[in-house]
Amino acid sequence: MLKIGRFKETLVEGIIKTSGIASIFVVTLIFFFLLKEGVFLFKTVHLHDFLLGRSWYPISDPPEFGILPLIYGTLLVTAGAAVLAVPLGIGAAIYIAEVAPPKLKEILKSGIELLAAIPSVVLGFIGIVTIVPWARQFFHIPTGLTAFSGSVILAFMAMPTIVSIAEDSLHSVPKSYKEGAYALGATRWQTIYRVVIPACSSGMLAAVMLGIGRVVGETMAVMMVTGNSASLARGIFSPARTLTATIAAEMGETVQGSDHYFALFSIGIVLFLITFAINMTADFMIHRKRK
Amino acid sequence: MKFPPPLAQKIAFFVLFVMTLFVVLPVLFVMFLIVKNGIGAISWEFLTAMPKQGMRAGGILPAIVGTFYLVAGAILFALPLGLFAAIYLSEYSQDTWLNRAIRLAIINIAGVPSVVFGLFGFALFVSFFKFGASILSGSLTLGIMILPVIITSSREAIDAVPGAFREVSLSLGATKLQTIRHAVLPHALPGILTGTILGIGRAAGETAPILFTVAAFYLPRLPQSIFDQAMALPYHLYVLSTQVPNVDVKIRYGTAFVLLVIVLLMNLIAITIRSHFRSKKKW
Repeated sequence: MLKIGRFKETLVEGIIKTSGIASIFVVTLIFFFLLKEGVFLFKTVHLHDFLLGRSWYPISDPPEFGILPLIYGTLLVTAGAAVLAVPLGIGAAIYIAEVAPPKLKEILKSGIELLAAIPSVVLGFIGIVTIVPWARQFFHIPTGLTAFSGSVILAFMAMPTIVSIAEDSLHSVPKSYKEGAYALGATRWQTIYRVVIPACSSGMLAAVMLGIGRVVGETMAVMMVTGNSASLARGIFSPARTLTATIAAEMGETVQGSDHYFALFSIGIVLFLITFAINMTADFMIHRKRK
Repeated sequence: MKFPPPLAQKIAFFVLFVMTLFVVLPVLFVMFLIVKNGIGAISWEFLTAMPKQGMRAGGILPAIVGTFYLVAGAILFALPLGLFAAIYLSEYSQDTWLNRAIRLAIINIAGVPSVVFGLFGFALFVSFFKFGASILSGSLTLGIMILPVIITSSREAIDAVPGAFREVSLSLGATKLQTIRHAVLPHALPGILTGTILGIGRAAGETAPILFTVAAFYLPRLPQSIFDQAMALPYHLYVLSTQVPNVDVKIRYGTAFVLLVIVLLMNLIAITIRSHFRSKKKW
């Protein structure tokens, strides 16, 4: 009897330990399978032509697989979103962490959690019925499906990330810093911007980076409102196409095993590496201060 | 121009308050817009009938059922795996390089773009394991995507159980596993539940991971097995808003309404459970 119990215990503990390292296995698996499919593209296309090629014509004859216009589209939309989301997100985080009375604080935090929960396809739909027609009328442009519309929607997807990480880092500032400033006669606001914010600047930077990481990886909303036209040298008030939207829009039409199919996986590798780098750097910055 | 400090503080706090409103008010605006325009579309028929006339009429039953199956499958896969992983991280692992590597891996899974999960799910489940575009492939892809949510919140909940609970149980002669089972997990249950519900909300709302792994454009029947394709609410909303011309705007809003209600309801339940147990916590 005792032996059976012992055996069961060992078995369950084995399962627990295996599950523990499953996350590492999953990340490796994701990267391996992207690589396994994506690498075939480079039998026919040079890496240099893929990353720096100026045209993305995957179904022309001969096809061209240059992702520079897609990278440009992603940068354009991301920059626009960052301009909106970074100041608002940081400002809101400071208000929620340092200024708001406790009751209001709880309500605002729940509101931000709900914003984070709204599915991206719903925000895309809202973008189509609001920002897209508004932008067309307001800026007198032929279509509202522009990089600008994508930036506005994406800003709202980045804000919850920025607010919650920045708020955490504001909370991690030791109380004694603030008490020291108050003892010297500083007002609350002086304490916030001269003592608290400098003390958690690396956490703030991490919040911004993770927000940007969220924007770079966003797919559905951006595909629905940016007009999906892949072209270099266009401004924020013209249609644009991002890396993510290209995969989502074209994957359904490719033949498995074609160069086009491999190229979409190569874009997936690029995205994976970008978000990997952002997450690693942000994590490093969040934990640097604790030492 | 230099303001006296008290005035500067008033101005600064006001500006910060306005910035916060810019972040929070759009949530209310989105909800108001969808509720106002969507609630009129909701009827018994809309929720329980098949779509008709190329989705321009009828109901959205197959999309609701499809989403239900996908979410159930994702949780069935992710909850045990995530819970065991959380138990490992807080009860078994020491602070070694392996522990750090696991933590970084979880952060990275959480950061992978949703469409890359779609590619991965296609390469592994649809094509390598030959599950085809099916509920099984879609559920597994969504399950992997919500794994970080479940691991992180379960781990927090388990870590929050005081060490004394474990010591008492161990001193009574219980084994480590019995201690976890009877002295730790019951107290971590609300936190684990919160994470699971948040995972459900996330899985129900995601579109990109199911695009190539399960989602059917138009399939006016209910799925028969886990190897069937299925419609899903978020993909249906995408199709209605961008791929099908001349759809009555009421049907679009109605679909958005149902999706938003499901997702926000999950989040409200999670928030409620969390704040309820936070205020009742005895230690």
